[in-house]
Amino acid sequence: MKYSIFSIARNALTHHKNWPQQWRSPEPKPEYDVIVIGGGGHGLATAYYLAKEHGITNVAVLEKGWLGGGNTARNTTIVRSNYLWDESAAIYDKSLQLWEGLSQDINYNVMLSQRGVLNLAHNLGDVREGVRRVNANRLNGVDAEWLDADGVKEFCPIINISKEARHPVLGATLQRRGGVARHDSVAWGYARAADARGVDILQNCEVTGILRDGGKVTGVQTSRGTIKAKKVAIVTAGHSSVVAAMADIRMPVESHPLQALVSEPIKPVIDCVVMSGAVHVYVSQSDKGELVMGAGVDSYNSYGQRGSFHVIEHQLGACLELFPIFSRVRMMRSWGGIVDVCPDASPIISKTPVDGLYVNCGWGTGGFKATPGSGWAFAHTIARDEPHKLNAPFSLDRFTTGALIDEHGAAAVAH
Amino acid sequence: MLNIECPWCGERHETEFHYGGEAHIARPESPEALSDEEWADFLFMRKNSKGLFFERWCHSNGCRRWFNVARNTVTHEIVAVYKMGEKPPSLVKGGKS
Ligand SMILES: Cc1cc2nc3c(=O)[nH]c(=O)nc-3n(C[C@H](O)[C@H](O)[C@H](O)COP(=O)(O)OP(=O)(O)OC[C@H]3O[C@@H](n4cnc5c(N)ncnc54)[C@H](O)[C@@H]3O)c2cc1C
Ligand SMILES: [Zn+2]
Repeated sequence: MKYSIFSIARNALTHHKNWPQQWRSPEPKPEYDVIVIGGGGHGLATAYYLAKEHGITNVAVLEKGWLGGGNTARNTTIVRSNYLWDESAAIYDKSLQLWEGLSQDINYNVMLSQRGVLNLAHNLGDVREGVRRVNANRLNGVDAEWLDADGVKEFCPIINISKEARHPVLGATLQRRGGVARHDSVAWGYARAADARGVDILQNCEVTGILRDGGKVTGVQTSRGTIKAKKVAIVTAGHSSVVAAMADIRMPVESHPLQALVSEPIKPVIDCVVMSGAVHVYVSQSDKGELVMGAGVDSYNSYGQRGSFHVIEHQLGACLELFPIFSRVRMMRSWGGIVDVCPDASPIISKTPVDGLYVNCGWGTGGFKATPGSGWAFAHTIARDEPHKLNAPFSLDRFTTGALIDEHGAAAVAH
Repeated sequence: MLNIECPWCGERHETEFHYGGEAHIARPESPEALSDEEWADFLFMRKNSKGLFFERWCHSNGCRRWFNVARNTVTHEIVAVYKMGEKPPSLVKGGKS
C-alpha cells in the first residue's frame, strides 16, 4: 500500500484498524543470492539498493535482535556532509543528496529537517581547521560557511559567546543543508521498501558462523539454521570484528561505548544543531521538545552498550558553559551504543580476502548520516563484485598501502 | 565508572587512569624485514574481543605506571590485574561472554 493522505483518509473510515503490516516476517529460504548480516540502517539500505538499483531481489537481511535495535535507533541523528578530504566529501555528500529525496523514494517520512549544523571553534587551531574545511568543502561543491562569534550568536541566540568562558566561541562552520532525521523511520522505511521489492527480513536470526569452501563463501550458520548464499555482506557496526572473525578475517576496528542522553521536553529553544568536537558536545532539540545530546566515546573497548558516568558529566559541564540557559533542565534518560572505530576515523566499504564476502563497517561515531550513501555504494560493490569509485578509497587494503583517510578533524567526537 | 586496582596504589576510580588498548602486541624486532601485510597487521589489526580481553592501563593521575588488566568487555568485570612484562594469567573465561 502506498502511504498518502488518501490512504490515511481511507483507513480513518475503519478506525485505523486495518493498516497492513509494513513488512512480512517470512521463514528463511534454503538459499539466497545475497545475505546481508545486520538489520541496522546500513544493512537495510544495502538490501533496498540491491533490489532497486541492481535488480537483485533474492536477498535476506539477517538481524539477531530487532530492526534498529543497534546504533540506528541509539544515535543523535545528526546529518551533514562537511568532511575535509575529497574522498569523504564525495561519499557523505552523495549520502546527503539521497537523504534529500529519501522520503519520496521509499514512500516513508524520514523527517529530514535541514536546520543547519554549526561546528564550533574554541581556539586558534580550531579556527584555522574550520576555515580550511569550509574552503575544502566549497571546492568539493559541499555548501559551507564560516561564521564569526557574532554570526554564531545570530544563528543560535541562546549560545554563550562570552570571552570569559572556559572554551570561548571564536566562530563556527555552518552547513545549512545539514540537520537531523528520524532514526527509526530510516530503519522501518528501508525495511518496508526492501520488503516490497521481495527482500526477506529475518529478525531474531543471529549469524553464528560463515561457511566457506576453498576461499569462497557458501552461506551462514544462524540461530534459525543454516542458510546458503552466493554472496554474504557483513554490516554489523559494533560487532564487525566478531562477525569478520567467523571468516578468520582480522579487522582494524575497535568497539567502544558511545553515550547519549535526552532531557525532559521543553519549549523550542534551539532550532539548529550545535556541535563542538573540542569539548565533546553536540545538541539539538527533538520535535517533542527534548534536548538530544551526545558525549564522546568511552576510552575502553566494550560490547556492553553502556558507558561510564564521568563521560556524561564532562559532556554536561561543557554543554552548560555553552548554554547556561539549560542549567535547570532535568535529564530524562541516557543510553549507550557500541561504535566501531577505525584508526583513521573513516569507514570500510570493501571486498574481503574471502570470495563473495563483503564488509561495511568502521563508521564509528558518525555513520547515521551516511546510511543512504553507504547502502548505495555497498550494493554496487556486492552486485558488481567491485567497488564503486565513491567507495574504492574506503577499501580494507588502505591499511596495507598506507592510503589512510584521516578524518579525525571532521569526525573525531563529532557527528 | 570502572574501579581499577592499580598494582602499586590499590583501587581507584577510572578517571585516574588512561586506557592503552590491547596488551601483548610486541613490536616486531626488524620491521624492515616485514611485508606490508605483516606491518599492517602489527600496526592496525586488533583482536577487539567480545568477552575476556587483555588490555593496558596507565595510572596517569597517580603513580604514572603502566600495567595490564584482564577484563570482560561485555560485563566490564575486571578479572585480573598483572604487571607489565608478565604473561596473561590463565583464566577460566572471565564471567559470561
Ligand atoms: C550514542 C550515539 C550517537 C550517535 N550519533 C550520531 C549522529 O548524530 N550522526 C551520525 O551520523 N551517526 C551517529 N552515530 C553513529 C551511527 O549510529 C552508526 O555509525 C550507524 O548507525 C551504524 O550503522 P548501522 O545503522 O547499520 O548499525 P546498527 O544499527 O548498530 O546495525 C548493526 C546491526 O547488526 C546486528 N548484528 C550484530 N551481530 C549480528 C549477528 N551475529 N547476526 C545478525 N545480526 C547481527 C545488530 O543487532 C545491529 O542491529 C551515533 C552512535 C551512537 C551510539
Ligand atoms: Zn598507581
